[in-house]
Amino acid sequence: MANILAVDDSASMRQMVEFTLKGAGHTVTSANDGQQALDIAKTKSFDLVITDVNMPNKDGLSLTRDLRQLSAFKFTPILVLTTEAGPEKKQEGRAAGATGWLIKPFNPDQLLATVKKVLG
Amino acid sequence: MSIDVSQFHSIFFEESFEGLDTMESGLLSMSEGETDADTINTIFRAAHSIKGGAGTFGFSNISEFTHGLETLLDQIRNGERDTTNEAVEVMLSAVDTLREMMSAVQDAADIDEEKVAHVSSELTRLLQSDEEAAEAQTISDETSSNETTLATEHQQAGWKIDFKPLPHLLQTGNEPSRMFNELAELGKLDVELDDAALPHFSDLDPEACYLSWQLRLETDASIEAVQEVFEWVEDDCELSISPLVDEQHQDTTQLEKPFQDTDASPSTAPIAEQAVSTQSPESTAPKVDSVKKKPSTPSTEMASIRVGTEKVDSLVNLVGELVITQSMLGQIGENFDIKMLPQLIDGLEQLERNTRELQENIMRIRMLPISFVFNRFPRLVHDMTSKLGKKVNLVLSGEQTELDKTVMEKIGDPLVHLVRNSLDHGLEIPEKRLAANKNEVGELHLTAYHQGGNIVIEISDDGAGLNEEKILQKAIEKGLVEADENLSPEKIHELIFLPGFSTADAVSDLSGRGVGMDVVRKNINSLGGNVEVISEPGVGSTFTIRLPLTLAIMDGQIIQVAEQRFIIPLISIIESVEIEPKKVKRVTGKGELYNIRDEYVPLIRLTNVFNLDGGVETLEDGLLVIVEAEDRKVGLFVDELLSQQQVVIKSLETNFRKVTGVAGATILGDGTVAMILDISGLLTMHREPAKQLNSSVIKVA
Repeated sequence: MANILAVDDSASMRQMVEFTLKGAGHTVTSANDGQQALDIAKTKSFDLVITDVNMPNKDGLSLTRDLRQLSAFKFTPILVLTTEAGPEKKQEGRAAGATGWLIKPFNPDQLLATVKKVLG
Repeated sequence: MSIDVSQFHSIFFEESFEGLDTMESGLLSMSEGETDADTINTIFRAAHSIKGGAGTFGFSNISEFTHGLETLLDQIRNGERDTTNEAVEVMLSAVDTLREMMSAVQDAADIDEEKVAHVSSELTRLLQSDEEAAEAQTISDETSSNETTLATEHQQAGWKIDFKPLPHLLQTGNEPSRMFNELAELGKLDVELDDAALPHFSDLDPEACYLSWQLRLETDASIEAVQEVFEWVEDDCELSISPLVDEQHQDTTQLEKPFQDTDASPSTAPIAEQAVSTQSPESTAPKVDSVKKKPSTPSTEMASIRVGTEKVDSLVNLVGELVITQSMLGQIGENFDIKMLPQLIDGLEQLERNTRELQENIMRIRMLPISFVFNRFPRLVHDMTSKLGKKVNLVLSGEQTELDKTVMEKIGDPLVHLVRNSLDHGLEIPEKRLAANKNEVGELHLTAYHQGGNIVIEISDDGAGLNEEKILQKAIEKGLVEADENLSPEKIHELIFLPGFSTADAVSDLSGRGVGMDVVRKNINSLGGNVEVISEPGVGSTFTIRLPLTLAIMDGQIIQVAEQRFIIPLISIIESVEIEPKKVKRVTGKGELYNIRDEYVPLIRLTNVFNLDGGVETLEDGLLVIVEAEDRKVGLFVDELLSQQQVVIKSLETNFRKVTGVAGATILGDGTVAMILDISGLLTMHREPAKQLNSSVIKVA
């Protein structure tokens, strides 16, 4: 099963994502913010990154940009969790190099469906 | 697979309440016309997380309510809106409302819909007062477009898809083959590859995508379901989707590369449904509702504390050491020889050290910074000063001073009372301050620090000070003091703590809610602490509260009375003296009094109180321990003073029943149980012996 990096500053969301993905058999590493995630990403590679957008220290979009600079994350699917469904937000995500997005609120089933979509 | 999200509720609430506190303090630090990027970002993030979490965990009403607040914050954050006092006030009340809504949901109680609607409309009004009605517009646009797309008929046989990725598509982490797999789940898919654009190998950029595809999908899925597969790449490719003419059975075999056979995936239908429901908000709505209505197991609310990892780590560490010590002692014990005595003593010393450290560290877990209590004051001061027309600068210091969680919970109300008093009665209105040659902005300091085993909290203002004349007059009126009594200013200040005393000319709605300073003192005393006041006319007053750091452990003086050992909380002991018989006076109805430095204190014989036989009877053979509670002194007559030690307090109420005059019990080093004396209780018993007797008779009956 996949090795997933989940990034969210909200503990409840982090727990939910982690619990759901682990329940589906994935291995999950969690990070509290973009900076922490980037530090982790520099030491190991993942099959998928799921990140929130609004976070202290380093937001999800700038994390995405930085990850794309790492050779290990050049093609890695990066999913952005966002509450904003507007086209300009999506465009921003894409420009940063995000693979796709998951619009909040979402439930565990939707999360799994989306993860399935990128892990194939 | 369905996952019960209610398991995340408690952490969501905990984190949201923290978020609300963050928002509140952030909002309070914002002032008109100024927008500090960090502050506003922090507030925004908190609101954003609450909204997202509330939506995810099924609290759609909270999520909806937060939306307006979030929008407002977003506009301020983007510089589209100035910070006005009005906006801050509305946002503060929105924070309050959210807090109430969450408490209500948490307790499975009803939400005050009226208030929610009111604050919600306030937010909307603010949002629309600018030409920002656009926000509402986009929402209605979205919904209407959703409606139209849902209404689209899809009675066709399938879809013909031309998909030509732009060269950089792979670098977004998207992968055509995965998308085809997803399409294949919608129906029978045939894929035709077009590699015409593939350059010569030497010109090939390995990271670029040169291929394009023509796909035929036989399905009854809607165009939206198909579009959704390409949703993430719609700007990174050329895509055209057209209905497949009903001729599918003819050509399929001719296609060169059947990508995947549909029959291989039997679970097609449910997954397709899932994919559709992701897109239409209408179809998920009932789900959310059902979660909300499910009785959210009322009061599963377990009081929890967040503990820093380093505290837990040090505990784990200590337990590790304890285990080592235990195995070491075990080895010594296995075939013990008297020659090993030094090792045994070493081991026991180590055990003692481990135990003590473990105890200290465990106590630290319950310790929280007093900022938990202090943090509510900026808001209180903000609200009150605007109501009172005063200008006050609140200065907090020592917020990181730690104290026990239980103490913290109980000190909140007395502190609020004292702060309200300072604002209401202490600090003057700007005109008066200017007239008295003071800065028109008053200062209110809240300070906390550790002193010995206690925490000291000071509330000091630079207001008018206590009005001694008025206090004295009132006290005489109420018969608390004699008219001709000559009292020092300190004695007069003390009067405010007497029961039934209130100087407020009119009971204002801010302070003086029928709760007097006597209650404040009583509450603080019940925590094993005390409160005193220092005041100087025209300069200000300072209330000083001393509290033990924890309620679970205290320093005690062990005393011997008859065959029993008791413990007196060290904090209440003033001194212990040998009794000179000639200083004892017997007064009818008041029992024995002892004259200590010209002050008469009641002498209480513990043998009488607890009905013990065989204690020391002659006064000069025993000792008198002068203790203080509720600002009254009393002498306890004991046989002997034994050692002082820290004792762990065990509740009598939980294990037995409440006994007047006894605060709890503890287990001494030799395993015997000793009662801890409740000085206030003893005072009451002494003051109203008859009543006490009656009530105990009733209790027994």
